[in-house]
Amino acid sequence: MRSYLLLSLSFILLFSSCKNEETEPLFEENEIYAGGNATTFDQSQNAFGHAANKLTTEENGKFVTGNSFFKANWVAAPSSTIGLDGLGGFFSARSCSGCHAFDGRGNLPQNQGDDIVALVIKLSVRNGVTYENEPTYGGQLSSQAIFGMEAEGNISISHQTITGSFADGTSYTLEKPIYNFERMNYGNVHPNVVVSPRLAPHIAGLGLLEAVSEQTLLSFADENDANNDGISGKPNYVLEAETGQIKIGRFGLKSNQVSLREQVAGAFNGDMGITSSIHPIENCTDAQQNCKEAISGSTDEEMEISESKLAKVVLYCQTLAVPARRDADNEQVLRGKQIFSNLNCNKCHIPKMKTDFHEIQALSNQTIYPYTDLLLHDMGDELADNRPDFEANGNEWRTAPLWGLGMVQRVNPRATFMHDGRANTIEEAILWHNGEAKNSQEAYKSLSKNERTDLLAFLNSL
Amino acid sequence: MKKSTTSFLLLLVLLCSTFLVSSCKDDEDEEQDSELKLDENQVNSFLSNYSNIVYASYEDSYNTAKLLDDAIKAFTQSPSQATLEAAKTAWIAAREPYGQTESYRFYGGPIDGDEGVEGFINAWPLDESYIDYVEGNATTGIINNPTDFPTIDKQTLMDANEQDGETNISTGYHAIEFLLWGQDVTLGAGGGDRAFTDYTTAENAERRKTYLLTASSLLLDHLQTVLNEWTPNTAGNYRASFENSSNPKSRLLDVLVGISSLSKGELAGERIFVALDEPDRENEHSCFSDNTDRDVVNNALAVDNVYFGRYKRTDGSTISGTSISDIFELADTEKTAALDAKMNETIVNVNAIQNPFETEMVEADGRARLQACVTSLTEQADMILELASLYGINIVLE
Repeated sequence: MRSYLLLSLSFILLFSSCKNEETEPLFEENEIYAGGNATTFDQSQNAFGHAANKLTTEENGKFVTGNSFFKANWVAAPSSTIGLDGLGGFFSARSCSGCHAFDGRGNLPQNQGDDIVALVIKLSVRNGVTYENEPTYGGQLSSQAIFGMEAEGNISISHQTITGSFADGTSYTLEKPIYNFERMNYGNVHPNVVVSPRLAPHIAGLGLLEAVSEQTLLSFADENDANNDGISGKPNYVLEAETGQIKIGRFGLKSNQVSLREQVAGAFNGDMGITSSIHPIENCTDAQQNCKEAISGSTDEEMEISESKLAKVVLYCQTLAVPARRDADNEQVLRGKQIFSNLNCNKCHIPKMKTDFHEIQALSNQTIYPYTDLLLHDMGDELADNRPDFEANGNEWRTAPLWGLGMVQRVNPRATFMHDGRANTIEEAILWHNGEAKNSQEAYKSLSKNERTDLLAFLNSL
Repeated sequence: MKKSTTSFLLLLVLLCSTFLVSSCKDDEDEEQDSELKLDENQVNSFLSNYSNIVYASYEDSYNTAKLLDDAIKAFTQSPSQATLEAAKTAWIAAREPYGQTESYRFYGGPIDGDEGVEGFINAWPLDESYIDYVEGNATTGIINNPTDFPTIDKQTLMDANEQDGETNISTGYHAIEFLLWGQDVTLGAGGGDRAFTDYTTAENAERRKTYLLTASSLLLDHLQTVLNEWTPNTAGNYRASFENSSNPKSRLLDVLVGISSLSKGELAGERIFVALDEPDRENEHSCFSDNTDRDVVNNALAVDNVYFGRYKRTDGSTISGTSISDIFELADTEKTAALDAKMNETIVNVNAIQNPFETEMVEADGRARLQACVTSLTEQADMILELASLYGINIVLE
């Protein structure tokens, strides 16, 4: 601890001699603890898979069981293993980890013709001023079905190449995905269908985001851009399925889920066809009688996933620790950090905040570095899915938390970035930013090669 | 100015790395300073003994699976209650050595590395209705679907196994178990109750035979794959690089990750604690045969064998040599004696579990017996990690 005090003293010396009033503290004493006490120093493929420190014995037990049901393959009913049956009719994957392997980010289909698994395709159709689920296929396309049933269909992805160049003359190319329906087994898709693809994110640190108070979240909002910086920041107000109340959303790529409990129950239902107390009805439309008639895994007493198991999987998702920063004190990383704020990236990817109360004590009152405001922003036409989601319009997406960013491809080497995985690298992800982020993106393009490398070094340290 | 900034940053880096180390190790600074050096000859001697044990236990697994295959052939050639019972007995005998190999997992070796075959050999839970009829659905499964699966062969089952881009289990010990015993839909002793007539007069009996024979033959193939990787004196296989590693300390770390992961995360956590925590009917690995109590014993032995550097083969002979206990003893005699005692306590605890596991997990006495296993398996894993850290081998378990 003595060396630590010395370090703090060194900072004071540095800053007292520093004249640039814009300069932020270079290296902040606790910033390596991205998730506060809920931080892990493991840098292996399992870096997203550790429980937060300081859980109670009871919470640790629930974590173990939650982990088991997160990884376990669900099976069709009826089976001998009644605690794990009820899969489908339709589904995207048999387990949570089927998309979030090692609790990390999913990847796109690797070869032409491969099924979409970790890429969820939301489907909707405009009805007057509102949007509804697509009538034949429902709110989400499933590429899998239980034995004896045809799956709904699949999506193939083709690309449109977009070229551009940096101010220094270096050129780059981006690949814009174009989605095509394939082998649709239940008839034509509605002609005015709107397609919104969403790639499974990594799930570390979610409980900490849940513990950020609404007051803190709203303090980031600037819906009408009152400060004229070109950046707004809008909360989404969404329907909580369990209570029927309208609340602030913060999970999902459009902040369309209020809590992890809602998010997890929604994923069980939408992605695996597992019913719960929150979503007691299977995900089948009237056009899909076979799905409606599939043997259910629920009983009079219990939905396919019991309350007890649902609560444990939710706790598991809440308590996964965040990877510690790597090389946070490295000279290049610190230069990149300065560029990050010079480019105003930190206006949406807000680096630091405090958590408030969470029923899991270990997550309460932590200083965390999630690099998000959890708010919606217009990201430009190229990224738009044109599919409104509660208050979010078709151009708006939630600011992605950047913690763990540098570990994403270590956990899943095939993972790619942005909401639909269109960016193969972090640099491509920056270049896709538009709308409110246009100025930042253009400023990035005008950086020197060295400065760009510095910024990427910083982002990779997250 | 530039120079002083650089040197300041250098200072910063040094101080921070000290800080990082001290903060992630909490109060273990002193141990870090007095980190012991491994005796490399001893470690190499251990790795060689370990390789012998791995090979012998996979060879026993292969040979007992071959006996199972013979029994399955005999059963399918003339199905009767007697030949069915003989096949079941052979299946249970085959599980004994295989259960003792599970400590070779969890470090990306031949069994569960990128090309690993573990998912084909031992995956669970099984989607029964993907294979054959189930209660309430007489026509489901590959066996009952000649339209989509006109031929049942190895390729069919392997393809079916990967159909969803992830493991959709249609092969391995538990698929064979299901085809021999059938669903276990009751709580209590006895397992499933499949009639041998499923292989004579029942619908799709011939296809069922083909499936069973194919699954059995595939199991042999997959066991052969891991056996080849551990065969002694074979250039280019896994064992060659394992034994001749330039970094024996890192191979020792692999071995320790394997035994501690099996002991704590997999056996104490996944296989026993989860069953205690969510005691659903058949929340157990060998649920059709009610053989889960033996799975627990064999998995505990898998840890014990490696730790004590010995393995009792199915023919009764014993392999032994340098053990982890020997390596740890040089670091701390007292703690190693305590760990030795804990390992022995665990073996007593797992042997106390009564059959069937599904009753143990719901009744008070059984739950207490299972809880004792969870406790000692967890404690022994933590003790392994603590002793390993004396050599600077720091393991983060999942």
